[in-house]
Amino acid sequence: MYDMKALYEAESVEHAIQLRLEHPEAQIIAGGSDVLVQMREGRRAGKELISIYMIDEMRGISIDKDENIRIGSLTSFSHITRDPIIQKYINVLGEAVDQVGSPQIRNIGTIGGNTCNGVTSADSASTLHAWEAIVELTGKNGVRRIPIKDFYIKAGTVDIHAEEGEIQTAILIPKTSYENTYGHYIKYGMRNAMEIASLGCSVNVRLSEDKRTIERARIAYGVAGPVPMRVPSAESVANGSVISESLLDEFALAVLNDINPRNSWRASRDFRLHIAVEMAKRCLAESIKRAGGVI
Amino acid sequence: MNKVGQSEVRVDGYDKATGRTKYYEDRMPADALYVRIKHAEKAHAIVKSIDTEAAMKIPGVVKVLTCFDVPDIPFPTAGHPWSMDPGHQDVADRKLLNTHVRYWGDDIAVVIAENEVAANQGVRALTVEYEELPFVLDAQKAMEDGAPLLHEQYPNNILKHTSNRLGDYQNAIKEEGLIKVEGWYDTPTVQHCHIENHGCYAYEENGRIVVVASTQIPHIIRRVVGQALGRPWADIQVIKPYIGGGFGNKQDALYEPLCAWCSTQVGGRCVRIDCAREETFVSNRVRHAIRFHIISWLRKDGTIAARKVECFSNQGAYASHGHSIVAKGMGSFHQHYPCPNMECDSYTVYTNRPVAGAMRGYGMPQASFADESNIDECARAVGMEPMEFRRKNIMPQGYKDNFSGNVNYYDTYRECMKKGAEIIDYERKLKEYANDTGKIRRGIGMATFWYNTAVYPISLETSSNRMLLNLDGTVTMQCGETEIGQGADTAYAQMTAEALGLKSYKDVHVVSCQDTDITPTGLGAYASRQTYVAGFSIKQTAELLKEKILKYACEVTRQAVANMDIEDGNIIRKGDKQVLMSLKELAMTAQYNPVHSEHITAESTYTIRNNAYSFGCTFAEVEVDIEMCKTKLVRIVNVHDCGNLINPALAEAQVHGGMSMAIGYGLSEQLIFDEKTGKPLNNNLLDYKLSTFMDHPNLEAYFIENPEPTSPFGTKALGEPPACSGAPAIRNAILNATGVAINKNPINPHVLFAEFSKAGLINDPWTEKEEK
Repeated sequence: MYDMKALYEAESVEHAIQLRLEHPEAQIIAGGSDVLVQMREGRRAGKELISIYMIDEMRGISIDKDENIRIGSLTSFSHITRDPIIQKYINVLGEAVDQVGSPQIRNIGTIGGNTCNGVTSADSASTLHAWEAIVELTGKNGVRRIPIKDFYIKAGTVDIHAEEGEIQTAILIPKTSYENTYGHYIKYGMRNAMEIASLGCSVNVRLSEDKRTIERARIAYGVAGPVPMRVPSAESVANGSVISESLLDEFALAVLNDINPRNSWRASRDFRLHIAVEMAKRCLAESIKRAGGVI
Repeated sequence: MNKVGQSEVRVDGYDKATGRTKYYEDRMPADALYVRIKHAEKAHAIVKSIDTEAAMKIPGVVKVLTCFDVPDIPFPTAGHPWSMDPGHQDVADRKLLNTHVRYWGDDIAVVIAENEVAANQGVRALTVEYEELPFVLDAQKAMEDGAPLLHEQYPNNILKHTSNRLGDYQNAIKEEGLIKVEGWYDTPTVQHCHIENHGCYAYEENGRIVVVASTQIPHIIRRVVGQALGRPWADIQVIKPYIGGGFGNKQDALYEPLCAWCSTQVGGRCVRIDCAREETFVSNRVRHAIRFHIISWLRKDGTIAARKVECFSNQGAYASHGHSIVAKGMGSFHQHYPCPNMECDSYTVYTNRPVAGAMRGYGMPQASFADESNIDECARAVGMEPMEFRRKNIMPQGYKDNFSGNVNYYDTYRECMKKGAEIIDYERKLKEYANDTGKIRRGIGMATFWYNTAVYPISLETSSNRMLLNLDGTVTMQCGETEIGQGADTAYAQMTAEALGLKSYKDVHVVSCQDTDITPTGLGAYASRQTYVAGFSIKQTAELLKEKILKYACEVTRQAVANMDIEDGNIIRKGDKQVLMSLKELAMTAQYNPVHSEHITAESTYTIRNNAYSFGCTFAEVEVDIEMCKTKLVRIVNVHDCGNLINPALAEAQVHGGMSMAIGYGLSEQLIFDEKTGKPLNNNLLDYKLSTFMDHPNLEAYFIENPEPTSPFGTKALGEPPACSGAPAIRNAILNATGVAINKNPINPHVLFAEFSKAGLINDPWTEKEEK
């Protein structure tokens, strides 16, 4: 039995916005795999909830008129993994969210919830950062779109204007980002399932026509800082460079200029730095391979 | 056809697979009140006051009881048989709720409410004033002079110290040319993680208290509840329905006494206590973390001249099973690798940590990790292959232990090692992998374990059961040895059918639920004893029942009792095997005979004064990714000699479960505590890294079936043995792969990072730079 004050069921995006304006203290709940856990722990005990879970218009994946990949915020992880558009253009995202928790959690958990939580360890977050995703928010004043790096403000805080009744309605991947681009994600966990990342690393590349040069490399981490982060130092090492074994090493070592993992009982800073370098190297190598390159 | 030795379907299998089996919560009266416990948020303190006013104002809260309200009766909790010798009884060192808080999570108050939400809100609304005391988490630090004292009557926090001396160690080590192999070995605090958390409910009925509990030991719980409440034992009725596992955690009085007392405080209404997983980790029981110091003195020919073993067992805040665990661990050393000169000491030490109690293996997973790590290094020190060194030194056939009277009737260890080595191709891989220098390396390792069956001669071993002939010719059987998920009921049905000559094990109805008002007194499920000890009383009671059946049959058939037998559910004449009548005809005739009506039953108790060795080994193959500090378990093989298998499929499943537990113990599981506050940090299934089936390779279980001569069914322990040798086998495989000997478990990535850095296998130039 959950200690909740009230549950309001939203029937549409407009209704959700209206409920939010009426109940400014209420917590949005989608799949519930985070909110209900927190409520059971007492952290959100006694709160009002607005459920958006029944809003089917926020579910599903499509290509919009501007050729963005549009992922409705309520799309579940297992849905994303199995979706043909994802598999064709950004397979790494499907692979990343397939590493969340367990099959049951992947069936109920949503990409919107994963990002709105604002936590650095979210399995979707590093890949969405590395692919420069756009977050779509809808409120009483209409639709607002912001780059995902601006969406994350600090640990546990994202840029949603609750006072305007905003909810996250979609995540978009622009064509310039996904076109001819291949990536790889490594989640580092202490076991192979039911795990939160000790560190997550997502890399993607676009190669030159002869597959010998990296035209564009992007890399992002989860848990390397308070929020998911890109690593510009490493990217600038790779961009425009000819593929070689030593490039992998240079790229990997460059991540140390930007990342700043913390010491905690879950893992030490030194340990995280060590595996971050190795993960960058392995992710880049695999991304190049997937793009048709040879090292 | 034999009824034992067949892989029969579990008697409770269909109901469990379809979700129909009823556990304690499924039997809950609808009007039960919720009891929620306030756990102390200090590692060591005195409760000065608890403000209950705000909690009492919450709608639905019925009553708040605190550590200042409970009876002043210290009681023991261990699920041991009662001892008639007061000096051998369990230590009584806790009350229902405690003003002297001895660990983070100690029970200090309860809120009783009409519903769960109100009870939880009530607990959150309590305000506790503490006088904080210094605390200690480490067993050896707790033994130091001036360390914080947990229980006044135990100076230096030493609950018990025992020794084991053989020969003359001090003199033996003077022998010239001996090679010394010394190590400190650390094992972690882990938790059982049975799928059903402990819970219970209690109510008063006709002046007595009924307790329905998720427990392994209903008859012992009856006694402990009586002790804790200061009531005659028969005032308490304990009912044990199906339970979702226990692994030893439920071989202890957990919240049954508190629950029973709470009912008496609300006019006998039904009250329920349901542990959350977070509470199960901290406020139930854990496995003892034991630190070992081993010094082995070897001759160049690979024989062991002398050994010294010191064991420091972290008891946590209260005695529970206490010294029994490390005593069992210590007692294995001189038997596992017999050596003429041994000096062994073990200490069980109170600390401000969660209470350690029984857990599958009862000291042996710890002792095996230490012993088998040290033995692997002994082999390396004298330049022998690890298995060859073991073959040379391990317990020989014919070995007799004078204390228990146990005899190693077969050359079990060597037979098990031979079989396992062949299956996994050990010797070839050992050589091949030792030369591997890549970044991802394979390794293979093995370990053996020592175990025995049941608790004789340390404690009483007894088993009672009752059989009654039903009117359809089937037999109903009841005993006190409980089904806790391991499949005991199915083994009982098979043994009963065999002993009586029934057609099938399906003709035996085992009453799975124990009710202390009805069930013959028994001790419960622990010490890998159920099949072995129940076997004696099943055989004895079956013979009594058979005698009664044949005696009645004599009246009907006019054949001499000595000339008759029961086969396939029929009474037959031995000489020509002619079927005289079926058991059904006999039962109906006996019951409805207008002149001589008889309800045919039998009941008996058997006192077991034997014990039986049960040995085996594990072989593990790993792939170590050095840069990523990760171990992948590629293959794992267990080989056991537990005598004749009563049900091979269930035996295999039992081994699989133990291997899974050993994998977690070896690679990932550990309850950790904040050094600054003593607070448990990972008491949930996300942060406590219980291994999942994604972390397991295919689990391979094999058996050597040497019939156990002391058992009427030729069988012996298998419940705990599979959990004992997995962790050291994995440890030794990592050593083979990397050359790095790691003397603590679990060997998780943090440990590998530290050890590989120390060994120079990984080298981060920037780490030093950063420190400057």
